[in-house]
Amino acid sequence: MKTIDLAESSIRELNQALHDQAQECLEREFEVLNPKGQHNIACGIDQNLSVDIRGHAGYFCAGMNKKAHVVIHGNAGQGVAENMMSGTVRVKGDASQAAGATAQGGLLVIEGNAGARCGISMKGVDIVVKGSVGHMSCFMGQSGSLVVCGDAGEALGDSLYEVHIYVKGEVKSLGADCVEKEMRPEHIEELTELLNRAGVDEDPASFKRYGSARQLYNFKVDNASAY
Amino acid sequence: MSNDINVNPGLRESATFDRTTMAEIRRAADTGIYDIRGFGAKRKLPHFDDLLFLGASMSRYPLEGYREKCNTQVTLGTRFAKKPIVIETPVTIAGMSFGALSANAKEALGRGASIVGTSTTTGDGGMTPEERGQSSKLVYQYLPSRYGMNPDDLRKADAIEVVLGQGAKPGGGGMLLGQKITDRVAQMRNLPKGIDQRSACRHPDWTGPDDLAIKIQELREITDWQVPIYIKVGATRTYYDVKLAVKAGADVIVVDGMQGGTAATQDVFIEHVGIPTMAAIPQAVQALQEMGMHRKVQLIVSGGIRNGADVAKCMALGADAVAIGTAALVALGCNDPKWSAEYEKIGSAAGFYDDYQEGKDPAGISTQDPNLMQRLDPVEGGRRLANYLRVLTLEAQTLARACGKNDLRNLEPEDLVALTVESAAMARVPLAGTSWIPGQGF
Amino acid sequence: MCGIVGLYLKNPELESRIGELFKPMLIAMTDRGPDSAGFAIYGDEVGEGWVKLTLRHPDADYDWEALATRLKTELQLELSWFQNASVAVFKVHAEEATLREWLSEEAADVLILSVGQSIEILKEVGLPEKIAETFNLEGMKGSHIIGHTRMATESAVTMEGSHPFSTGMDLCLVHNGSLSNHNRLRENLKREGIAFETQNDSEVAAGYLTWRLQEGDSLKEALEHALEDLDGFFTFTIGTRNGFAVMRDPIACKPAVLAETDDYVAMASEYQALTTLPGIENARVWEPEPATFYVWERS
Repeated sequence: MKTIDLAESSIRELNQALHDQAQECLEREFEVLNPKGQHNIACGIDQNLSVDIRGHAGYFCAGMNKKAHVVIHGNAGQGVAENMMSGTVRVKGDASQAAGATAQGGLLVIEGNAGARCGISMKGVDIVVKGSVGHMSCFMGQSGSLVVCGDAGEALGDSLYEVHIYVKGEVKSLGADCVEKEMRPEHIEELTELLNRAGVDEDPASFKRYGSARQLYNFKVDNASAY
Repeated sequence: MSNDINVNPGLRESATFDRTTMAEIRRAADTGIYDIRGFGAKRKLPHFDDLLFLGASMSRYPLEGYREKCNTQVTLGTRFAKKPIVIETPVTIAGMSFGALSANAKEALGRGASIVGTSTTTGDGGMTPEERGQSSKLVYQYLPSRYGMNPDDLRKADAIEVVLGQGAKPGGGGMLLGQKITDRVAQMRNLPKGIDQRSACRHPDWTGPDDLAIKIQELREITDWQVPIYIKVGATRTYYDVKLAVKAGADVIVVDGMQGGTAATQDVFIEHVGIPTMAAIPQAVQALQEMGMHRKVQLIVSGGIRNGADVAKCMALGADAVAIGTAALVALGCNDPKWSAEYEKIGSAAGFYDDYQEGKDPAGISTQDPNLMQRLDPVEGGRRLANYLRVLTLEAQTLARACGKNDLRNLEPEDLVALTVESAAMARVPLAGTSWIPGQGF
Repeated sequence: MCGIVGLYLKNPELESRIGELFKPMLIAMTDRGPDSAGFAIYGDEVGEGWVKLTLRHPDADYDWEALATRLKTELQLELSWFQNASVAVFKVHAEEATLREWLSEEAADVLILSVGQSIEILKEVGLPEKIAETFNLEGMKGSHIIGHTRMATESAVTMEGSHPFSTGMDLCLVHNGSLSNHNRLRENLKREGIAFETQNDSEVAAGYLTWRLQEGDSLKEALEHALEDLDGFFTFTIGTRNGFAVMRDPIACKPAVLAETDDYVAMASEYQALTTLPGIENARVWEPEPATFYVWERS
């Protein structure tokens, strides 16, 4: 196991060490000390590694992650796991705005709360939040799943495409073209699997499903007020 | 005004409510939706034709051709990148998406650019293998939509262009209508097939130059600081935008004027937002000079570049390079009269066609229809583009030599004069025959 | 575009160290704001009937002593003053209006940075670290302090264009974001009698609050009106005599983090500005909701 202390090493040195594992993997486990809210920690990994970050991370932690399993033992700043392709990122504390933004795959688990725009523009990632999510979450979400065990803020799923949204708590308001949908057996199954993968103990039957009404899929005069 | 000799000369057309305007009002009344089209601003605007070079005579001496070299090579990205890009001519190919353009068109652009040793740019849809395969230098756009955006392609790129906006629609996002969202496009963009793509106009995970600075650091970290990072803006408050781009950490800044094209957006956006390219360049250069960054952070300008004179004038005003979009497509065959009958069938005409959003392009360029796409042979297209790029370069060199320059970048604003008050004020060069530059000193 | 930071002490024992605690917070925001920096510190209160002014003059060698003498003699009042680098701090036994009038007539090129019983605004062009050293931030004492590092967007990099902006007695504002209707607002506010020194959008926000407070709004009402009338993106931190307030616009794209312990409440654009604060590991850390005011004040 390799320990990198950001009180002594730079972000550049850390990321280079992580990137070097892509060609030839000589070290699979990394521990990062003293992150102290610095930005771009462990971004651009392209290897099946395990990275534990002991403290709070700044912006874009684990950005564009591929294959790695990153755990932030603290809070994460804006854009955690943005554009992730595969692998997992787990935030033990809270996540700031745009968590999982535009991510295409993998699993993002937030054990605390997520800020505004959680899952904005998501393109295939699975996001599971044990707490609540802020306003405009899943804005223009294209595909993937968003599971919220707490509440959702205003305008959930505004301009939604095909993301499956499951919320257990209260939804402050729904965004344009986002509607409540029926929970059928296949959805219970999908949600069960997501909760299991995230290690979250909740009863799928207590969730409601939300999805796109698909009314904005083609420009129509009658929808002019939605634009 | 009508010059149509078949119209009764006693009839008078209104300049305000001309036939085009009336047709648009009728169309709006028919459909209830704004007009969406491709191409850049079509109305007459102050442009480079209003500027003239002062060639050599008694006080200046010209360069001979051939042996007396006029250098055209430019290096982009010297500020921070370990691997700046060297291009053999200062004419690059602007970002245009696969989706907006056919795969054959993207391949042709890559081939042509590589033959002459310049760069192409991906667009709002991601990188195709054809494009990467055929382009010796490929700039990868990073846009608000993030369609097709992935770190593998990021790492394959020779440069990354963070797009805030483009000249045709500064403040607007990408647009692609259902008829062009084929299986392949849908898969790349992660959208359902056949829908009308809605656009994000801001990036999802950062807003403002202070947060952009952090995003650029992230992109550098992910690519191990190897490649240059460009920032592209549509020309609006160019003076401030360029200063902020420098502060945010750009290696290269791309400024796209309102004549810049698009594959699809609202006509009102194209014609009424943004400033002419010629008015943006002096603002950008002034901003760079005030920060001591001119030539250190390179400036690429685009929007209505058509010939070597335009290229040379942009260089004279202080740009390091230019980008062409519309002109490249025309070189490939867009609006070619050989398809006249086809254009007429779809209610248009050669030289007038701008309905790129329809996906029915007879030239096979701005379409996803496999039958139409076949009309553009990528190898032949590449050859044509390379020819055109060579002509642009030779023309620019001719003018530079005539002004006594051994390098295109030695052209200066003092080599230019203007024909009109507007162009003199916008380009900040004197009205021909005078020493007057209107608009200075405020 | 910028970085903003604020520190409000609940524990009076920390007051002697406020400058020392705040300095690294300000410097942490350098990348967000390399052009200029400033802060408003509250403390060293003057008594009832007295006001404290921070003043500046374009001439670095301005004779403050002479100004002080003239004030004392011509207005027959008590005062004391001291200099902190380019800023002079005057403590005067007089009303604000009297002093403003006299200064505008007798010393028109003296710039008033702040007026109040507690507030001192200090700001300059240059890197935050340099400004902290110039004003000896590390040695300062007080009850609360807000600061700002500036990346100029559409107005010039000048001292006048730097934040914090004064909005009235003991009131000031720092702003991260970009307003979009400030030009018309500025014209309207000028007609209401508010004066402006710059083309800066943040100065308009400050002027707007001043106007609302003059019209009789409470701070909360003024902020409610601001949400309606200001267009654009903003995170504001406002300093008041007894505390501070934080507010974000309804879209809330510009960042803001709050941290609270038994000893203090801290605010910053980025968490990394808070990492040197004592007990931060156990602080409650959260982000303010959009269009919501958060106010901490001593009663």
